[in-house]
Amino acid sequence: MTTAVIIGILAGAIASGASVLYASLGEVIGERAGVVNLGVEGQMLVGASVGFVVTAITGNVVAGIVVAALAGGCFNLVFAALVIQRRTNQLATGVAMWILGAGLSTLLGSRFVGSHINGLPEIELPGVAILGPLAQILRQDILVYLMVPLALVVFLALFRTRWGLRLRAVGEDRTAAVAAGLNPSAIQYQALAIAGMFGAVGGAQLALSFTRTWQDGMTAGRGFLAVVIVIFALWHPLRTIVGALLFGGSVALGLALQVRGAQTSPFLLDMLPYLLTLIVVLIWGRPKAFTVPMGLKAVFEGTAR
Amino acid sequence: MADVHVVRNPLADAFRRERLQNLAAPLKWAAWIALAFGIFSVILLAYGRDPVQAYSDIFNNTLASSYGMSEVITKMIPLVIMAVAVALPARLGLVNVGGEGQLYMGGLFASWGALTFTHLPAWLLLPFMGLLGFAGGALWAAIPAFLRAKGWLLEVFSTLVLNYVAILAIEVIVFGPWRDPASANYPQSAQFVAAGWLPTFFGTRIHLGIAIAVVAVTIFYFVLKRTRWGLEIRAIGGNPEAARRNGIPIGWYIVLVLAVAGGLAGLAGMAEASAVYHRLSPGLSSGYGFVGFLVSWLAGHRPWAIIAVAFLMAVLITGGDILQISQGLPYAAVNVLMALILLVVLAGRTVRVAR
Repeated sequence: MTTAVIIGILAGAIASGASVLYASLGEVIGERAGVVNLGVEGQMLVGASVGFVVTAITGNVVAGIVVAALAGGCFNLVFAALVIQRRTNQLATGVAMWILGAGLSTLLGSRFVGSHINGLPEIELPGVAILGPLAQILRQDILVYLMVPLALVVFLALFRTRWGLRLRAVGEDRTAAVAAGLNPSAIQYQALAIAGMFGAVGGAQLALSFTRTWQDGMTAGRGFLAVVIVIFALWHPLRTIVGALLFGGSVALGLALQVRGAQTSPFLLDMLPYLLTLIVVLIWGRPKAFTVPMGLKAVFEGTAR
Repeated sequence: MADVHVVRNPLADAFRRERLQNLAAPLKWAAWIALAFGIFSVILLAYGRDPVQAYSDIFNNTLASSYGMSEVITKMIPLVIMAVAVALPARLGLVNVGGEGQLYMGGLFASWGALTFTHLPAWLLLPFMGLLGFAGGALWAAIPAFLRAKGWLLEVFSTLVLNYVAILAIEVIVFGPWRDPASANYPQSAQFVAAGWLPTFFGTRIHLGIAIAVVAVTIFYFVLKRTRWGLEIRAIGGNPEAARRNGIPIGWYIVLVLAVAGGLAGLAGMAEASAVYHRLSPGLSSGYGFVGFLVSWLAGHRPWAIIAVAFLMAVLITGGDILQISQGLPYAAVNVLMALILLVVLAGRTVRVAR
């Protein structure tokens, strides 16, 4: 492989890992607050379809992203109301939210299949041409540029602010949090609303920047992989970057091999991201007792009702 | 003037309350489902469709016509089997969301049998295909089961992700080595020999798979209620720690139960390939794995309730095809309705999950 190919894969890894990173960051926030949400796939589809449709109608990408984030937040509040207020089973509710989000996004997007949009513009940093071929890696859109800063913000918010401390306290032990005078439900609502926004922006990034089209079920399991990556990351926002890049790298590698005419079925290469994510989480992500937020223990030991 | 004290018998009160509750349960159910239909009507209106027309289209083409009913029962077959494949592990405390992948793997293995042993007579080939289908689904489910038994990864995550891998594996094969040259534009395997077709009844598409569904529910019921295995499964599901201390081999149960569940899903895949499509097709399941998941949770993982809920969902699935034609609604519309029903029922907490 030439350097150009390697650089291309790196650039692709960053671009295709972005959507998963956003979703993973949202899921970290939710799980740190003690809620496992399998509906990420649904959030992403809602975000992708709303973002695409709004952009197609208004011609304004920023409006698309903002409305998608709001829609994702509202969508996840439904999930929040069910698991917090009605104490429904988190896993089953998550799966139902996924099916709901997938169905709603198909209904919404059905009239916009094949529509053309001007997606997110790539940012051309001044003076980047000096880097020569490496400049390709830096030719990304704003949502990709925000990946690392946002992960840092989530890290700081969770581990360096009073709000984050409270959120994690709720995620570790609800009862103790109540005893400490906190309102766990309010904190979990906040966490899940923010998580929904992250998931939806991830989906919007996929539709507005990566593919620039709308297709039914276009997230193809990225939401579920985002949840798996959270386990790999041991519930730490900064480690999700590594997980998302590994996912993105396997997508980019598969694409590069296809473009170069590899003598295998393209569907075989499409399996790469799923298998690699599973293998990676098995090697590095086995939940250790002290890393699982205690509030999730019931779910992770299969004793949740 | 003395106050009139009505002396009340607390026991009689309790009985009266319980009678009222027993009466109220079906009413509550109806109310919750009506609420889901109500929300869905709003969505239909927003989409510019007449909900009354949509519901009457569904009703007229399913419950009100004999052809429609036969289609509903045909759709019920995989739904019941897939729901048992969710309910059985659920009794153990496992969440199997991998039915879709297990179904496809079963279909793949069974198709290999049908396409390879073309000379066998039907009475030999069909059971052999069933065996292969069961093995395919069971092996596929054994992967997440093993990971879970080892405590490495929760089955809920691995089964979800492996669905995508299984479907891609089918596409590798039907776009590649097994591609039927006769159907050039559509990726699917060649048609099975007639001996590999499960028989159908009364000129409808209802097929012998119905026996698999009935047997699956019945065995599920008897194993749980009447055998030591069932007792131990329920014990693990109720309190894993206590079960472990009582010397129940939890790891083995996890692998065995998930593999059997996967095997059942594989049988559903075999039945669909053999009876409905007569070939391996990437469209083998129209989301039966996921709808089966909804069915099992709606039914509280109870064997007989599964049949009733599967009937309702089969009506909606058939209705989804109808609405596509009559109203130009995407099929996904009924997915919205089905998800809404589960969400509303979960929220109403009428589902008491059985252990």
